[in-house]
Amino acid sequence: MQTSRTVEILVGIFIALGMAAFFMLAMKVSNITAFAETDTYRLQARFDNIGGLKERSPVRIGGVRIGRVESINYDDEQLEAIVNLRINSQHKRIPDDSAASIYTAGLLGEQYISLEPGGSEEFYADGDTIDETQSAFVLERMVGKFLIQEAENSERR
Amino acid sequence: MLDWLQNIGQAGLRVFQRLGHATLFMLQILVSIPVLFRHPRLLIHELYSVGVLSLAIIVISGLTVGMVLGLQMYNTLVDFGTEDSLGPVVALSLVRELGPVLTALLFSGRAGSALTAEIGLMKATDQLSVMEMMAVDPLKRVVVPRYMAGVISMPLLAAMFSAVGILGSYMVGVGMLGVDDGAFWSQMQDKVMLDEDVLNGVIKSIVFGMAASWIAVFEGYDAVPTTEGVSRATTRTVVHTAFAVLGLDFVLTAIMFGDQ
Amino acid sequence: MSDTRVARQQDAMLVRINDLHYARGTRKILKGINIDIPRGKITTIMGPSGCGKTTLLRLIGGQLRPSQGGVTIADQNVHALNNTDLYQLRKRMGMLFQSGALFTHLSVFENVAFPLREHTNLSESLIRALVLMKLQAVGLRGARRLMPAELSGGMARRVALARAIALDPMIMMYDEPFTGQDPITVGVIMQLIRLLNDSLGMTSIIVSHDVQEVCAISDRLYMISDGYVVGEGGPDQLKQSDSGWVRQFMNALPDGPVPFHYPAPSYAQDLLQGLD
Repeated sequence: MQTSRTVEILVGIFIALGMAAFFMLAMKVSNITAFAETDTYRLQARFDNIGGLKERSPVRIGGVRIGRVESINYDDEQLEAIVNLRINSQHKRIPDDSAASIYTAGLLGEQYISLEPGGSEEFYADGDTIDETQSAFVLERMVGKFLIQEAENSERR
Repeated sequence: MLDWLQNIGQAGLRVFQRLGHATLFMLQILVSIPVLFRHPRLLIHELYSVGVLSLAIIVISGLTVGMVLGLQMYNTLVDFGTEDSLGPVVALSLVRELGPVLTALLFSGRAGSALTAEIGLMKATDQLSVMEMMAVDPLKRVVVPRYMAGVISMPLLAAMFSAVGILGSYMVGVGMLGVDDGAFWSQMQDKVMLDEDVLNGVIKSIVFGMAASWIAVFEGYDAVPTTEGVSRATTRTVVHTAFAVLGLDFVLTAIMFGDQ
Repeated sequence: MSDTRVARQQDAMLVRINDLHYARGTRKILKGINIDIPRGKITTIMGPSGCGKTTLLRLIGGQLRPSQGGVTIADQNVHALNNTDLYQLRKRMGMLFQSGALFTHLSVFENVAFPLREHTNLSESLIRALVLMKLQAVGLRGARRLMPAELSGGMARRVALARAIALDPMIMMYDEPFTGQDPITVGVIMQLIRLLNDSLGMTSIIVSHDVQEVCAISDRLYMISDGYVVGEGGPDQLKQSDSGWVRQFMNALPDGPVPFHYPAPSYAQDLLQGLD
């Protein structure tokens, strides 16, 4: 069975192109750093209302992405949402009085958790819970409040 | 009326018989795969005709699909002022769905039908029979290398389809429609997860590769050894592969992404 | 025990076919055939088209399973062998298919080299020498770089013959070797079959319906019709046979025990009946 050199070379190129495509999908299209789970630590935050936050939503400090939401649960006793975060290990120095808020990127964009650094000398460690939290900004509720206020105002007049 | 019922019953039995036959055939292929370690050149030769020769259609289709996606998605997204998420939208649809599915459909049209026709014609011209008489198992010599070449080629081709498609949408979105270059890639990296989206897409393409190659070699090996029989088998390969891929895609999607 | 085995090995009959039945679906093709094929001789199985001659060859080669009876080659029951032993046996059998069945994607040289590469670990130079020897034997050494599509029908059959004898088989089976060939090619193939049989000490089985050619080279003939053996013996014996079947076949008479007409209602009645 003769396999000519050209055929072998072409097959080699084919395999290499396929590998290059995989490499591009891994490095350029998806975020390979988020895959390296070993280089992260966990934090927990409790919210009254998480709005449209989802698993895999980003966690940011000063707008920079430092981790992601790992899982979301509901605590039946405290009647709160529990959000587990995975923070990249290179961001170890987050003061332990920092506050977590849920914000929306743009008016209709995705929701993310923003951490506002506090002034403490101590830092969060793996497994800590963020005490100070601010719930999601829910547009419908704001619009509702605004309308009621308007109605009350016009009644008083 | 009774005849009619009887016909339906017999047709049903035939379907089951064929499925059983095909499954046994598949098992025979699987136990024969080690033969390739002794004759790797057989595989290389088939990788050429199955993989390399499918490259052009996959790259061109991928590029076109990516460009069209870029254009269409942009027009929808721009109404909400979220044209920056063009990158993730295109990348997710390609990596999760369109890449594996369209590649499998194109593959069955380009390579699968050729495999069926080749094996069927070898059968019709007694080439398989003569191999048997020479004490060479045609299953190992002819079928297994072609099957494995299909299984190996499919994920590579699907990855190329997705990669080229994303480049196509980049050309249209960033190059022509003015989406921000940085936003296109950074949003994509933010949203597309390697372990969930990319990996699941790869798993899909491997499953499709196994199904499409199985159908192609079985139809060829089982073809009625006449000109008409081979042409029917070739048609069946394309049609059955399309059904199998779309059905499997639904099942796999439900398993992989159903809980989100 | 071992003595009787040796005695059987020396048996003049290399292939014995005992009470062989074969049915395709519900259609019975062979209905109890007994044929003995002597070692080192050319034996021909004749019969009209569609009487199961090719089927018989495939049964001998173990590609088909009989519904009853069996084939014994050199003391081995072909259909009782496991796959490995069957393949070992097949390495010692060559078969020339009616279509030639050359591998269309391989050159003439590679076609002949195929069985050598598959079953031996010979060096490339030795394979080359063997292939050229076999091609020389069929007179096509000069055509070794051609592809099967470039060959004439007769050349393709000769290449297929060279390929079939590549492993020096003990039995050579020819399926309709003369059909559809011009007179020169027929002469060439007849000479080759005789030559190979005598010089390589092979046992040859020919399946054919070309009476003249077959009578010229065969040592022994069998005639099959309608699933039964209807005549056997040397060429001269058969020519003088008083069986109606044999006479019709040997003398190419259009009507006889094998009717000219396909079964139908009477001609007059059919014409008068009008449309179906």
